[in-house]
Amino acid sequence: MEDKILLAHGSGGKLAHELVEKSFVKAFANPFLAKLDDSAVFELSGRLAFTTDSYVVSPIFFPGGDIGKLAVYGTVNDLAMSGAKPLYLSLAFIIEEGLPYSELSKIVESTQRAAQEAGVQIVTGDTKVVHRGSADKLFINTAGVGIIPEGVDISGSKATPGDKVILSGTIGDHGIAVLSQREGLSFSTRLESDCAPLNSLVAAMLAVSPNIRCLRDPTRGGLATTLNELAKQSKVGIRIEEERVPVREEVLAACEMLGFDPLYVANEGKLVAIVPAEDADKILEAMLRNHYGKRAAIIGGVSEDHPGRVIMKTCLGASRIVDMLVGDLLPRIC
Amino acid sequence: MRFITEFRRSELAKGLISHIHRQSKTRARFMEFCGGHTVTIFRYGIRQVLPKTIDMVSGPGCPICVTATSDLDKAIALAQIPGVAIATFGDMLKVPGSHSNLQKVKANGAEVHAVYSTMDALEIAKGNPTKSVVFLGIGFETTAPTIAASVLQAQERKIRNYYVLSLHKLCPPVIQAILDSGEVRLDGLICPGHVSAIIGSHPWEFIARDYGIPCVVSGFEPLDILQSVDMLVNQVENGESKVEIAYRRGVRPEGNQQALRLMGQVFEPCSARWRGVGEVPNSGLKLREKYQRFDAELAFDINPSPACEPMGCICGDILRGVKTPADCSLFGQACTPQNPVGPCMVSSEGSCSAYYLYGGDFGG
Repeated sequence: MEDKILLAHGSGGKLAHELVEKSFVKAFANPFLAKLDDSAVFELSGRLAFTTDSYVVSPIFFPGGDIGKLAVYGTVNDLAMSGAKPLYLSLAFIIEEGLPYSELSKIVESTQRAAQEAGVQIVTGDTKVVHRGSADKLFINTAGVGIIPEGVDISGSKATPGDKVILSGTIGDHGIAVLSQREGLSFSTRLESDCAPLNSLVAAMLAVSPNIRCLRDPTRGGLATTLNELAKQSKVGIRIEEERVPVREEVLAACEMLGFDPLYVANEGKLVAIVPAEDADKILEAMLRNHYGKRAAIIGGVSEDHPGRVIMKTCLGASRIVDMLVGDLLPRIC
Repeated sequence: MRFITEFRRSELAKGLISHIHRQSKTRARFMEFCGGHTVTIFRYGIRQVLPKTIDMVSGPGCPICVTATSDLDKAIALAQIPGVAIATFGDMLKVPGSHSNLQKVKANGAEVHAVYSTMDALEIAKGNPTKSVVFLGIGFETTAPTIAASVLQAQERKIRNYYVLSLHKLCPPVIQAILDSGEVRLDGLICPGHVSAIIGSHPWEFIARDYGIPCVVSGFEPLDILQSVDMLVNQVENGESKVEIAYRRGVRPEGNQQALRLMGQVFEPCSARWRGVGEVPNSGLKLREKYQRFDAELAFDINPSPACEPMGCICGDILRGVKTPADCSLFGQACTPQNPVGPCMVSSEGSCSAYYLYGGDFGG
């Protein structure tokens, strides 16, 4: 019979130790974790960024990724959106009793590959096993720390009239890829999640201009919600042009079929940057040269008018409001 | 051919818009029947780019919006019967009945599944033989054939715990009722695209012939709508009234014969109650006698108390095209998508929701 995770794997006893040492410590091999002390001890200096997040995506494997990869990249991206260089992560696994051991191993391996790709180390962690039905296969909670380089001051409240809005690539890929695998909804698509670490892209952008005002990754709620958050936080208006927002034809088609607007569909490897107009072109060029910014585009600008609101020029040349997401469009996609 | 981006190309749109401007001399009021068209019109700001001679008004083509409160109460009452599981299209969850909605009774323990297809509902019934699974049959001629197919499958596969609450509505009779009321003067009708994919364009001919109103069947992309408006303007300026199809990639004049056969096999027309319009003869569908054992209304004892309508809500007037959401004192204040009072704010195809999400000070 297939090996499964049992309640005893989270009991703190022998099975628990075996699981931690054979799976996690071996996979995430680094000197901080190998000590197996109660906390990871390390030195850092400078301004730090610190973040936490939880991952409950269903299904736990989806085209282009899995919950482990998503947890690492999601946390790395939250740090990168403050302009920080991500360094250390914590990972806590909440496992539903009965999860096949092989699935957990696959996720642990993918988590490690993601950490390597992003250049971060998983220095502390935890495992709990809960009764069947108390969780859905696997939940992951993370925390992360990073260092913010000198001279960088990025915040959602800093958008200024005249600034340009840059988007790093196509929207909606993650949400649609995950949805395509949902029970009762499965449709075939070649589309993969865009799940990716954005710290190298941010570093490349900061290398050409430390003056970036706002960075945010449009995850749940999509591009529309992120732009609304920035407009409200900075008390400015944002205008975008529909035709400049890159969307894959497959995503458009799936959205039409399901009745969604791609502006509200989640992304896991995209960022929105608000930058001073005079630096926009060089930042865009730097993004286009980076693997994760190949389809970057300036999609609009910041204005004094209609503070707190996002307006879009449609492909017909008319204008319409782009509101925040109302209700739950896509439950549990991250 | 790309079926989406091709129909959103701005250079083609500009050509059509300027053609409409050059052509349109006579003042004309066009109704888009379908809620899907209303959404496209607001999402792309189509009213803003049309000449002042053209007035667009939204019609009753949102199946959830036109479902009468008394029928919603039946669905909510069914959900509360022990052993009953409801399967429904997701839009229905938040629609307010007299005293509650499906989302609230679900939170209180009722079993309500949001599904994308009737076949999913059938699978739920098969997987839960001890439950009675009731599919809420809400929709126009577009969804009725798929529900008919599910009934036939249930019979063939001997799934005995599957039921349908048939609240289906038929479109041509309600248009006739609205035109007969004389409340709204129309100079053109944008006929629903998906409904016409099933029934074809012939069932609209009486409108052009008997009422002298030009009709164009439209698709759902911005270029489809612009082309339909252009064709309507052309008929108006030439003093013609005929039925044309601007959605040839989806609609044939004779419709989808197979779907119509399925629908006719399982359902027969009956009188139906429409929000705002009232009882309209032959505008609903009920299960034929042969399939009555699938009829949830006959299988369960549901007698909700008399329906009460939300105070101040003018959804009924909006659905008839007599008023717009801007005329409603609740709109955007007491009634928002987060906290809907009337169904037109709940459904993604509702006029109020389209006004709220895309309109405001900038669109519309």
